[in-house]
Amino acid sequence: MSIRPATQDAFRLVGLTLGYDRHPAVHHLSGVVRAGDLLALVGPNGAGKSTLLKGMAGEIPCLEGHIDRFGTLAYMPQADEIDRSFPLSVMDLAGMGLWRKAGSWRGLTRWRPEIGSALDAVGLGGFEARPISTLSGGQFRRALFARLILQDCPVVLLDEPFTGIDNRTVEDLLALIRLWHGQGRTVVAALHDLTQVREHFPTTLLLAREPVAWGPTARVLTAENLVRARNLSEAWDEGAAICGGPRPVDGHDHGSHGLDTHHHEDAA
Amino acid sequence: MIDPFGPILAPFVEFGFMRRALAGCLALSVSAPPVGVFLTLRRMSLMSDAMSHAILPGAAAGFLVAGLSLPAMTLGGLVAGLAVALLAGAVTRATVVREDANLAAFYLISLAGGVLLVSLRGSQIDLMHFLFGSVLALDDAALLLLGGISTLTLLALAAIYRPLVMECVDPLFLRTVSRSGGPVHLAFLALVVVNLVGGFQALGTLLAVGLMLLPAVAARFWARDLGGLIPVSMLIAAIASVTGLSLSYHLDLPSGPAIVLAAGALYLVSMLAGPRGGLLHRLIRPRHLEA
Repeated sequence: MSIRPATQDAFRLVGLTLGYDRHPAVHHLSGVVRAGDLLALVGPNGAGKSTLLKGMAGEIPCLEGHIDRFGTLAYMPQADEIDRSFPLSVMDLAGMGLWRKAGSWRGLTRWRPEIGSALDAVGLGGFEARPISTLSGGQFRRALFARLILQDCPVVLLDEPFTGIDNRTVEDLLALIRLWHGQGRTVVAALHDLTQVREHFPTTLLLAREPVAWGPTARVLTAENLVRARNLSEAWDEGAAICGGPRPVDGHDHGSHGLDTHHHEDAA
Repeated sequence: MIDPFGPILAPFVEFGFMRRALAGCLALSVSAPPVGVFLTLRRMSLMSDAMSHAILPGAAAGFLVAGLSLPAMTLGGLVAGLAVALLAGAVTRATVVREDANLAAFYLISLAGGVLLVSLRGSQIDLMHFLFGSVLALDDAALLLLGGISTLTLLALAAIYRPLVMECVDPLFLRTVSRSGGPVHLAFLALVVVNLVGGFQALGTLLAVGLMLLPAVAARFWARDLGGLIPVSMLIAAIASVTGLSLSYHLDLPSGPAIVLAAGALYLVSMLAGPRGGLLHRLIRPRHLEA
């Protein structure tokens, strides 16, 4: 895989260990996210999904190994990290997505049509002047998706984007994600709803601190793998021994192998 | 009777030192409140209070070296304030302790050091001058300093406005799209320090913090977005400056506290009568709308 041209990969994870205070939350993960992949991150609470996304976004340093990134990326964290009481309009929030074009000086008025159509695309047409503090949870999520549209990045990372959102909104946002996939963007999303994953995400990475399986969704989300993921400890062991190196789990081989097959199937 | 503003404005028409005091206060009224608006929005209101104390040892060191010299004390205050802000910020990033706790630790060290320095040579009167300033004795240098700080603050705020707003709302997002988050945060802390030093030298710490925060908090009851909050806070600070100075003249009160009390009165009025969440508006609630 490593000899493929760089432009075909969005992320290359090499022996990646991420964590807090020497305790790994993601342990010895290797694999490649191909450009254009629509990848779901699945796993129990504490499996390291958010940590992996933070690592991919460059938010936290690697304890070991490294990540190669190709292309600018847009990252949507879990919403509670945003100050929603700040007196800001929906237009200004979505307009932040234009940062790379507008910088800190240019007025947003010249992009008003783009902002308007991004808000239309997420069903928030006409909400431009509304303060963000008056939005419901689902509406706020939609506004963040409008910001992602305006960011117009080839790689999109989503951390549990549908938590606490009603079905119709989820359907709309999934349609948007499919549209991005169709446009050739790479999308990586941490999700809990397995039905959603099976229906909309061709590839899945099942994590339980260790990579359990990585490949085409149908082959990853088997009953056996899910049980294994559940049984892998999520414990924070204060007396844990110092790690000697990657253990021979089938996740690694499985991952690259499955990925190959998947792209093969895609091409066929 | 014909001119109701006559008594308020008379002292300024009559006396040069009152006009100087007014000019200094108005300069501060334009620059400090917008800084205060961002401080309150970031839930860092009390940070300015801590910073105003952190400035003391620097100013005291300047005083020990050069006596009551404006440049020496300003420079000392700037260095001490920036050092405390930067150290607290750096320790926060390097450890798990939060910024407010680190700031408290550093400003207490700084303040104690300052009091120690002043007591080495100065008298009680010098200390009072540090804490409460002397609005009514502004010389040319002090006026120029206040005007310069005011200009610098407005220009700098205009330059970092958008990244600063983004850093307040969603610092993580700013980090993913740009590296300006850190420099912008530091520039903002520097603006806080510069405004406090300016106000502190000319008008005393109490007045500097008072004009920074009280108008900013009061403005929250009148305006909904930043575009409204900033001009309203400036207006409130200006009104407080004029009425406070005038009252201090007529009633023979110390002018610094009089200005802060005027700003405090405007805050109380805003809290009661302001259309955005004021208490009176809660009592007489209009019927809710259809949608």
